[in-house]
Amino acid sequence: MSLFYLVAFLSILFSLLVIFTKNPVHSVLYLIATFFTFTIHYILLNAQFLAVVNFIVYMGAIMVLFLFVLMLMNLNKDTEPVKSNLIKIIGVIAGGALLVTLVGASKALQTSAVSAGPNSEIGLVENLGKVLFNEFLLPFELSSLLLLSALVGAILLARKDKKTQNG
Amino acid sequence: MDNITATIQVVPLNHYILLSAIIFTIGVIGVLIRRNAIIIFMSVELMLNAVNLLLTAFSAYSGDASGQVFVFFIMALAAAEVAVGLAIIVMVYRNTNSIDINVLNRLKW
Repeated sequence: MSLFYLVAFLSILFSLLVIFTKNPVHSVLYLIATFFTFTIHYILLNAQFLAVVNFIVYMGAIMVLFLFVLMLMNLNKDTEPVKSNLIKIIGVIAGGALLVTLVGASKALQTSAVSAGPNSEIGLVENLGKVLFNEFLLPFELSSLLLLSALVGAILLARKDKKTQNG
Repeated sequence: MDNITATIQVVPLNHYILLSAIIFTIGVIGVLIRRNAIIIFMSVELMLNAVNLLLTAFSAYSGDASGQVFVFFIMALAAAEVAVGLAIIVMVYRNTNSIDINVLNRLKW
């Protein structure tokens, strides 16, 4: 039980560091740590398939992509844009208001109906695979189409177009 | 593994809701107060992850596997979104030599 609270504290700490660190590279590294704590959360919930997918997709693919783009741009410290303090204070107040609203709404929610206790078997690969390939077969195939179109779109956007570049 | 399962049963579902709300709010604040486009993008990723964690917790507590399948689809969508978004950011950087989003303020009109 106390492990959950320790990991939750670490998630909140690292995600705060993500948005308040000046250097973007440090920000990406803290984001990796945040995703690692999320992986531990998934293991604690006994969602083993999601833990592995989170580890591979987020910490492997997406973070490498972020770091690669950051290194490509070689940002100097003085090009780091700084917002005025007034905007920052207004942003934090607006976020706090959102948090109060969300927590208040969840207090009003009756969660006793679903607190039957976690089923430890559904997060395993076998059960998820059965659900994924029976009920969700069409969305699964459509998501492959989505990934293909994203691949083509990313290459099309990121490459230099020689025909339209007139000097 | 029984040890881990016993661990979950003690943590109330409300605490997962609270944790996800806090992390989602941190993501919103990050979008509001930063001007670096990449950090704004990372804040969006934080928000997506908070939603993922909450969906997984609901799914595990109510014994329905559909929630975890949905999280899997959200992860595939996030990967596609990151690829296209970072390509757009690289394009913006190549054209304006900056990733300050205030350079793009003409998009507002």
